[in-house]
Amino acid sequence: MSAPLLEVRGLRVGFPRAGGLRHVVAGIDYALSPGRTLGVVGESGCGKSMTALALMGLVPPPGRAEGSIRFDGRELIGQSAAEWRALRGNRIAMVFQEPMTALNPVMPVGAQIAEVQVLHKHLGWKEAGENAVAMLEAVGINSPRERARAYPHQLSGGMRQRAMIAMALACEPALLVADEPTTALDVTIQAQILDLMLELQDRIGMAIQFISHNLAVVSEIAHEIIVMYAGRIVERAPADALFANPRHPYTQGLIATLPDPEQRVARLPVIPGGVPDLDAGARGCRFADRCALADAGCRAAEPPAEEIAPGHFAACFKAAA
Amino acid sequence: MTRYILRRILQALLVLLVMSFVIYSLIGLMPGDPLDIMLASNPGATPEVVEHLRKLYGLDQPLMLRYLRWLQDALVGQFGYSRTHSLPVLSVLVPALIQTCKLMIISFIASVILAFILGILAALKPGGILDGVISLFAFAGISVPVFWLALMMILVFAVKLHWFPASGIATVGDGGFRDQALHLVMPVITLALASTGGFTRYVRASMIEVLRMDHVRTARAKGAAEWRVVLVHAFRNALIPVVTIMALSFGVLFNGALLTETMFAQPGMGKMIYDAILGNDFNLALTGLLFATVVTLLSNLVADLAYGWLDPRIALT
Repeated sequence: MSAPLLEVRGLRVGFPRAGGLRHVVAGIDYALSPGRTLGVVGESGCGKSMTALALMGLVPPPGRAEGSIRFDGRELIGQSAAEWRALRGNRIAMVFQEPMTALNPVMPVGAQIAEVQVLHKHLGWKEAGENAVAMLEAVGINSPRERARAYPHQLSGGMRQRAMIAMALACEPALLVADEPTTALDVTIQAQILDLMLELQDRIGMAIQFISHNLAVVSEIAHEIIVMYAGRIVERAPADALFANPRHPYTQGLIATLPDPEQRVARLPVIPGGVPDLDAGARGCRFADRCALADAGCRAAEPPAEEIAPGHFAACFKAAA
Repeated sequence: MTRYILRRILQALLVLLVMSFVIYSLIGLMPGDPLDIMLASNPGATPEVVEHLRKLYGLDQPLMLRYLRWLQDALVGQFGYSRTHSLPVLSVLVPALIQTCKLMIISFIASVILAFILGILAALKPGGILDGVISLFAFAGISVPVFWLALMMILVFAVKLHWFPASGIATVGDGGFRDQALHLVMPVITLALASTGGFTRYVRASMIEVLRMDHVRTARAKGAAEWRVVLVHAFRNALIPVVTIMALSFGVLFNGALLTETMFAQPGMGKMIYDAILGNDFNLALTGLLFATVVTLLSNLVADLAYGWLDPRIALT
């Protein structure tokens, strides 16, 4: 395996509250190699989007990221605003969830794509505009020259997300962070966007960190998957291993909730309870309150991530058993 | 687009027609008529003379008929004579209109620019010290009455510091550009400050809202510098609601202009209309009020056009 492009160590994202910081990401470790795809799965509020924003240096104030993010041999945490700007959109790019609102409504789509190259490659607007038309064509938009002049509201949801991807890839980044890029789209368009991302990954050779609450979508695209719960990684494994042999009760629960098209059931299974208040769970396993296997030991100490099979980590006392 | 503008102009003409009738009737309802005032200065007039004059001026006719006669003349540009100035209405009104437009347009531009600067600065860090200072200033601007502000300006800058002349539009015997400009400074500042407070609050609110939007985050994710994010991406979006409000309130400036002109003894529309109403100068008051209506209607049209021009999602048809 090649040297990792991205290495995250002890990353924490905290927001100030009375009496200290509230950590929505509470110390996570992972790595990502060039050309590989990492899926990040978890329910709303588990910290997966905050992790993505931390990679971009865009944690909304007053929040702050601590720990270590090594990207391409450089430490990102603590670098200056100018260093972040040089990286963003250039070496690390991001695709957001809502193509409806993530594009500027009063700027033609082509100009929004061209802007990235104007900022980073110092091209003139005319040349960058030509490149933007080529990018729109590359992401499978018909009559790209007319579309480049269109405003976001004149495009369909799928086309807007394609335009977002064109914008993210305008400088051929080494890492693409995709935060729920298909969630707001209908299912046929979802599949097209996923295909497009895989195709462009082959062409450009970038690494993708793909964030979704939808395990089924992630399984189609990721080589490796991390499952997050309440700001922690509870399980990390190669995609096949995770599905074949989920070890953490939360992962097992997630997989059990996936509808099986072969089988009609009256009710889909659910994981009882909700994500705990991040302040409350200072001691013990954060999933203990919703876990059928939890015992006194689980509530006393937080389980460390153990490698239970090669490349397969789970943070659960019961996983090894 | 051309069709839209034509249709709007037709609508405006219709509104103008209705307004002319309303204003004419209101003035007709005022107690007393021009003859009463003429007679007050000439107590020796006999009832026969009064009757003769009443017939001569058409004041014995019913209101509706008088209005129709007036409309007939007005449509061909005959607005009659000003009783108090003994001049054709237009030759009294046009210089006043120019004076007022000068004052209004300069004040408007000044307050818009100031509001943009202050509003954006305040929105950068809502709740910060700068925001607090600017919001206090804006609130003071909204609360302070124009006449008081004018008095204070005169007291400080004219009486104590002698920086600017206290009133009038030019010094007798001078009247050069510099002299006229100096006379405009205090009225312009007074009128501008009266609307800057409100404008600043609109700009601030709109910018805060836009800066929270997803596409602003996208702009940051592209690696755009903060000034570019604020001034190019956010500002253009924040302009849409703000410009509409600003253009609509251009007409409201007329009210402020009335007070400002009175305080600084500027011979503008506001003071002209005020004097005309007090002096029962029907023709002048009526025409003045109609021109004020035209200014308001025009600013409404400009507001809508600006809205369609700024927001590509709006198609004016």
